[in-house]
Amino acid sequence: MAIDYQEKIPNNVDLASDRTLQRALEHWQPEFLNWWKGMGPTDFQSSDVYLRTAISVDPKGWADYGYVKMPDYRWGIFLADRDPDRTIGFGDEYGKPQWQQVPAEHRSTLRRLIVTQGDTEPASVEQQRLLGHTAPSLYDLRGLFQVNVEEGRHLWAMVYLLHAHFGRDGREEAEELLVRHSGDTDKPRILGTFNEPISDWLSFFMFTYFTDRDGKYQLKSLAESAFDPLARTCQFMLTEEAHHMFIGDTGLARVTRRTLEVMKELGTDDPETVRKAGAIDLPTIQKYMNFWFSSALDLFGSESSSNAALYFASGLKGRPDEGGYDDHSAINETYKLESPDGAGVKSEDIPMRNAMNDVTRLAYVRDCEIGMTRWNRTIERAGYDFRYTLPSTRFRRSIGVWANFSTDPQGRPISAERFEAQKNEWLPTEADRAFVHSLMHAVTEPGKMAAWIAPPDRGINNNTVEYEYVRLA
Amino acid sequence: MITFDRTPEAYKHWRVAVDGRVATLTLDVNEDAGLVPGYKLKLNSYDLGVDIELYDALQRIRFETPHVGVVVLTSGKDRMFCAGANIYMLGSSSHAWKVNFCKFTNETRNGFEDSSRHDGLKFIAALNGTTAGGGYEVALACDEILMVDDRSTVVSLPEVPLLGVLPGTGGLTRVVDKRKVRRDLADMFCTSADGVRAERAKQWGLVDDYASPNSFPSLVKDRADALAGASSRPAEAKGVKLNPLARTIDEAGLHYRYVDIAYDRPGRSATLTVRAPDAAQPEGIEAIVAAGDSWWPLALARELDDAILMLRTNDTDLGLLILKTQGDAAAVLAADRMLVEHKDYWLVRETIGYLRRTFARIDVSSRSLYAVIDQGSCFAGILLELALAADRSYMLALLDGDDNAPTIALDEVNFGLLPMVNGLTRLQTRFYGNEDVLDGLQKLKGEPLAAEAATEHGLITVAPDDLDWADEMRLAFEERANLSPDALTAMEANLRFPGPETLDTKVFARLSAWQNWVFYRPNSTGPNGALKLFGSGSKPQFDWERV
Repeated sequence: MAIDYQEKIPNNVDLASDRTLQRALEHWQPEFLNWWKGMGPTDFQSSDVYLRTAISVDPKGWADYGYVKMPDYRWGIFLADRDPDRTIGFGDEYGKPQWQQVPAEHRSTLRRLIVTQGDTEPASVEQQRLLGHTAPSLYDLRGLFQVNVEEGRHLWAMVYLLHAHFGRDGREEAEELLVRHSGDTDKPRILGTFNEPISDWLSFFMFTYFTDRDGKYQLKSLAESAFDPLARTCQFMLTEEAHHMFIGDTGLARVTRRTLEVMKELGTDDPETVRKAGAIDLPTIQKYMNFWFSSALDLFGSESSSNAALYFASGLKGRPDEGGYDDHSAINETYKLESPDGAGVKSEDIPMRNAMNDVTRLAYVRDCEIGMTRWNRTIERAGYDFRYTLPSTRFRRSIGVWANFSTDPQGRPISAERFEAQKNEWLPTEADRAFVHSLMHAVTEPGKMAAWIAPPDRGINNNTVEYEYVRLA
Repeated sequence: MITFDRTPEAYKHWRVAVDGRVATLTLDVNEDAGLVPGYKLKLNSYDLGVDIELYDALQRIRFETPHVGVVVLTSGKDRMFCAGANIYMLGSSSHAWKVNFCKFTNETRNGFEDSSRHDGLKFIAALNGTTAGGGYEVALACDEILMVDDRSTVVSLPEVPLLGVLPGTGGLTRVVDKRKVRRDLADMFCTSADGVRAERAKQWGLVDDYASPNSFPSLVKDRADALAGASSRPAEAKGVKLNPLARTIDEAGLHYRYVDIAYDRPGRSATLTVRAPDAAQPEGIEAIVAAGDSWWPLALARELDDAILMLRTNDTDLGLLILKTQGDAAAVLAADRMLVEHKDYWLVRETIGYLRRTFARIDVSSRSLYAVIDQGSCFAGILLELALAADRSYMLALLDGDDNAPTIALDEVNFGLLPMVNGLTRLQTRFYGNEDVLDGLQKLKGEPLAAEAATEHGLITVAPDDLDWADEMRLAFEERANLSPDALTAMEANLRFPGPETLDTKVFARLSAWQNWVFYRPNSTGPNGALKLFGSGSKPQFDWERV
């Protein structure tokens, strides 16, 4: 099958003259389309969706808007512009020239990093494939699909790296990325969290706020990589990832705003009354936050990690915003690690390099706080005392030193029995989930919103909120 | 002090479930329960403590549940079978500890194959998650390897690329010798840190079959049932309980009912004395079963096994092991008759297997072995194997006609019941290249042989008379104890195993020896060696000289 590469696959990697890459993609692209049709959003493949397509990396080019049917979306391959003077920014190779090719000794480690990152991109599309049927507005439906096609493009970005730099093994791994499926017990996605379906929109906003933000921090660490093509790929992906978090950020703000409106109208903060009026009470939103935040924390890995040390020392994966640190070697630094000790907490110094997961995790937590503060200001302005809080990083962890250790949301060690007794106060119950599900009905009239969410402040690309963002076929 | 006694109720790392003729051993390592402090047993990695429990569990399956025909090894963790030996444990251990650890784990895995070959107990590795290094090596020791195919799970031997050491628990040997993986593919496999997924693993012969996670349990069950059906273990039989060993430990040594270890610390030696049965022994199968673990051959195997392990692990500086026996040779020969007569009955067969593996443990214990055949000794039949295992034997010669002169005696046991790891009996090994001698020896079975006859038939080394005896012995011990322990261990390992190579001898002599060399090289254990730096992220600094 001949492909007009420039037209079909927007790129800045000179695809038109790269025979190897063409041959790899000729095989992979039809597989990808099959995957998209089989595992992508259900039933909306023939709708015209007002989507943004990246056609180049300059500020104008990466935001090209227009109606497009999702299977015709032009998934492109973009790397941020190359800075020929860029040197390795951290680790044992600090200050040496960046690698344009994969060093043999790091080949398998890099491949594993790229495959693990790449696996999450199609996974989230699969997790969200049924959400289109219950979108609270056309504006939100379009937002979902924008996220989906961009996750698809991120998959392309990772596949490009595998095809261009990892030979036959890379091509095999690229195929496997389409063979594993979220929630498929026979061929599950690599990371556990990405096998849970996202079946309601509150969870979708939580996912885009908390889980995609993990993605942001992973990409920020990889954007520091000594392997220049990986670094530049991730730098460009970050611009799109920011939009996904925008969806989560504004989504949760709108849910909160709507709840406050209902509370004001009814003159009560009683959760049951709020629920009866068709809005989601603030304590339930808090429980969802507890759930999603704690599972996102696990994605950063163990607090003390030999892999993290290896990645850092060899220049494969740095700290987010590495430029802001003074010591880019971190060989002689230590990190204070707190871990459970019987019923108490002990503190020990571990080598800084082994603690890089936790360094990244804490930067992530600070980033999560920003939205919380803003939403709390809205609650405060509305005259209510309720405040959202992030649970402790020790709470409900499945990976790392706090794994399977019971604490309350403040991180205080408690008995397993007490956790069992109180977990319904802290985490969504079956009844909570059933309630949230009961609100999920598609609203398809342009400009209209479901009763549990406020309209956005403005539309997309200077269009109004009433704009017909999806023309349902 | 490390001890090897375990009880299933106190296992920290394994779960045992018996269902019909299938026993499932589930590895679910408690990462905070390492045998010594300083490391966490993450990712179902193991240390000596984990392996001691495995060994105990196997012994109990052998004796306590004789109807079990198949052991399935699997993991209780999600998508992780076993990551192999714990690297931080290896990195922080002394050379001696590493060598002893590898030896014990090797013996346990060889024990799978020994039981499969001789006693009808079959093994299936059910790899339900990622399997690396020692995890795959334990699978290699099984009769069949089954693997889950969830498109992520891999098997690998990443020791060379990741750690700068070898897959030293039989890995390299079994990949090519047992599983017959083509050697160029084996080369690819053993240098890939990533390993291979199920489809290729089967293509290359690294596993026997694979299935998706949903079909995997039924694949495992089908194969387990098939192997159980073919097992020669009895489908119905009552087991024999292995009660805790009665043992006292004091400054003088280790004391059991039939075995005694006496330390001579200044002399850097220990005397191991084995006693003959001291009471009437059971005659016939029913009586043997009734005696259970107090039956002398079984009690002997357990005590000797424990004594050797304790000595090997806790007293590395006692380099010379003086082997003695005490008691009535007739009682030993009588016990032997029961072994030979009922060797096909499961309990007797398992006891013989236990003795075979225990004597094999003595052969590779890195100690000089001197048998001392003096008055009151009973080196007959099975106990003569001790003298035949020794590097030298000294026998007291008295004047003709002196009734107190010690004698030795051969019986059927010496002619095939306890083959060494090279597949030969100790007599065949002793007379390697002169096998016609064996025909003559067959005729001497049951006959007491004093020093002169024993010397004439080549069954002992030196026969000092009573005037020289004390001084000869003192000189012999002192001389041995003053030679380089490294050179002695190496020399003995070379002289003890003439004749053909087997998988086991290759594991001990080729793989282990190279591994122990690698362990000593700076490229693995120097301050900038791969094993030392693993986990720190820093890159090893290799000395590129090929030696």
